Amino acid sequence: MPLPRFRYVAPESLEAACELLAEHGDRARVMAGGTDLLLRMKRLPRAGAPEVVIGLRGVPGLDTIRIDDGGLSIGALTLLASVAGSTDVNRLCPALASAARSTATVQIRNMGTVVGNLCNASPAADTATPLLVYGASVLLVRPGGERRTVPLEDFFLGPGRTALGPGEIVAEVRVPPPCGRAGSDYQRLSQRSRVDIAAVCVSTLVCLDRDGSAARVRIALGAVAPVPLRAKSAERVLEGRPPTAELVAQAAAAAAREARPISDVRSSGEYRRRMVEVLARRSLVRSASLAGGAA
Amino acid sequence: MAKVTIDLRVNGEPHEVAVHPWRTLAQALREDLGLTGTKIGCETGDCGACTVLIDGRSVTSCLTLAVEAAGREITTIEGVAPSGTDLDALQEAFVRLGAVQCGYCTSGMILSARYLLSHNPAPTELEIRQALSGNLCRCTGYQKIVEAIAEAAKANG
Repeated sequence: MPLPRFRYVAPESLEAACELLAEHGDRARVMAGGTDLLLRMKRLPRAGAPEVVIGLRGVPGLDTIRIDDGGLSIGALTLLASVAGSTDVNRLCPALASAARSTATVQIRNMGTVVGNLCNASPAADTATPLLVYGASVLLVRPGGERRTVPLEDFFLGPGRTALGPGEIVAEVRVPPPCGRAGSDYQRLSQRSRVDIAAVCVSTLVCLDRDGSAARVRIALGAVAPVPLRAKSAERVLEGRPPTAELVAQAAAAAAREARPISDVRSSGEYRRRMVEVLARRSLVRSASLAGGAA
Repeated sequence: MAKVTIDLRVNGEPHEVAVHPWRTLAQALREDLGLTGTKIGCETGDCGACTVLIDGRSVTSCLTLAVEAAGREITTIEGVAPSGTDLDALQEAFVRLGAVQCGYCTSGMILSARYLLSHNPAPTELEIRQALSGNLCRCTGYQKIVEAIAEAAKANG
């Protein structure tokens, strides 16, 4: 399975990469780890493959995990393996570290990046749901060097489709500082437990008040809709109330109602919906207990 | 389209190679450098037969562009043995415990195992199995492979 022919360019700055992308438009694709892009290029018919590949590897400063103002920034070239193994990520965003650890195989985690996982915009992307519950946003750079920040919630438009405009590239993904007394968790289900693409994934975050009620609840679902999405009505079931077993069960049932799953090779839609309820309950129980609450 | 001249540093030796941008590292190793110990299986990054180390990390060379491996430290199965007559502890253990069946997955298995032991010198059985999640053996001889890696870890310890 050879790769189709293409021109490879390796700009030395993000701004130069944006200029190249703007110049070549739909005929060009940006490459970080290449695990999704090169695979798709091998499978696509010749006519559909990009003519220009813009490799980001030569751009300095993109392979970073930074803490600023208590929040976390992950650069466009930071490997899934680096995120999985980072003590900062494990401390501040344990559900993200867990998701990165369960993405694909050892080799793919040594090649693929978190930002690439987001830009590929698979509804099943492992790192998408934890970043949604942490309230992450992506920093986009466009030609001329202008920057804008997009909440991750607004970044996914459909399978393989993002809010990236012409010539725009994601420089990093940012997570705000965590709330106090927070617990978070990532759950995934697939036929082989690892390696294969998730049939369902669920992330949750629970932040507790002093009185033990849930000040903030975030629930995000993957692989059960055209985009990774927040289950907002399920979040409202718990917010402002103590996370008792009964309320957690109600919230999980609400999350299942918000899923819009399809049937495909990885699972039937009906099974997905039922598993959203199971995984959401499991995940909320764990997040609440990590936050120091009941459930 | 023109070829690009790149420096590939393989098993400590520098090589100047002219490649097209769409040439994978697996193709360059096998066809340009004659290092056929790296096997090509699925070509989609699933089977791990083409696993090599780049700067110490295991990667599938079928999904790596040769141009992007330029200037980095590449280790293939040919660079694992300390000399032309000796084997390394992992290779010894694979031979002794019968972990090589048809042999097609072996190069990748050994490089994945080497990567594992480089950051976890005393892995549990579960950790060994998880470390091999990206390496398929279609003879399904996993048990002996896992035992061989555990044995090599002990020998190193």
